[in-house]
Amino acid sequence: MSIDLLIFLGLALVAVGAALGMLFSRNTVYAVLFLVLVMLVLAVLYLILGAPFLALAQVTVYTGAIMVLFLFAVMVLGPQKLAEGEGPISWQRPWAFGLTALFLVEVVYAFAARVGGLGKLTCATAAAGSPAAIGKVLFNQYLLPFEVTSVLLLVAAVGAVVLTRE
Amino acid sequence: MVSTNYVLILSATLFIIGVAGVLTRRNALVIYMAVELMLNAANLAFVAFASAFGALDGQIAVFFVMTVAAAEVAVGLAILVTIFHTRQSVDIDSLHQLKG
Repeated sequence: MSIDLLIFLGLALVAVGAALGMLFSRNTVYAVLFLVLVMLVLAVLYLILGAPFLALAQVTVYTGAIMVLFLFAVMVLGPQKLAEGEGPISWQRPWAFGLTALFLVEVVYAFAARVGGLGKLTCATAAAGSPAAIGKVLFNQYLLPFEVTSVLLLVAAVGAVVLTRE
Repeated sequence: MVSTNYVLILSATLFIIGVAGVLTRRNALVIYMAVELMLNAANLAFVAFASAFGALDGQIAVFFVMTVAAAEVAVGLAILVTIFHTRQSVDIDSLHQLKG
């Protein structure tokens, strides 16, 4: 068992554990903090997979902006421990857990049993996912989607202001 | 380096935990976070494929997913806050009619 595999297994364990913590925690603030942990672990995985720019974007955009917005919303709505009793359909929850477990088994089997897999990951070089390389592709090949994204962000900002004004 | 399949299995596991969150939780905020978890799981698969094939397009896709997620969260949380102000609850079982 190589050191790479050990590091990956440790990170995967933390990510899955934190995701399960988010799924089962009754307190909404704890759920947000568990999700922050998942996103930080994913940022480390991006670094390992040779995407340093995305790793830093993950930390600043997801854990820095999006999750802080979530925490802000939790504080505005009151960090109430929402008593999640039985829904209108009592058999829905066990049924949902059973079906998702079945789905997980099937997906893992599909990946594990696939013939002719993708093989080992190529070792990350320093220049592969650097901001310079990303920018070169983004501003040449993907220039139009990039500009459309800026319009989308503008619309979202206007929408958020319009929705929350009194 | 580890096999690409391991990263894909981790991605699938995180995605399915997100699915379970959407299906079983009743708090709209937690459902939102589960959706974010699913987006992140898909991002991990994108980065793994970009690394496996040595192409940058997967990383660009992640960049766009992050942007769309940021826009989605801004609007979605504004909607949630508005719903909370009119109904005093973010329990999705109490939101069973279109009338505001």
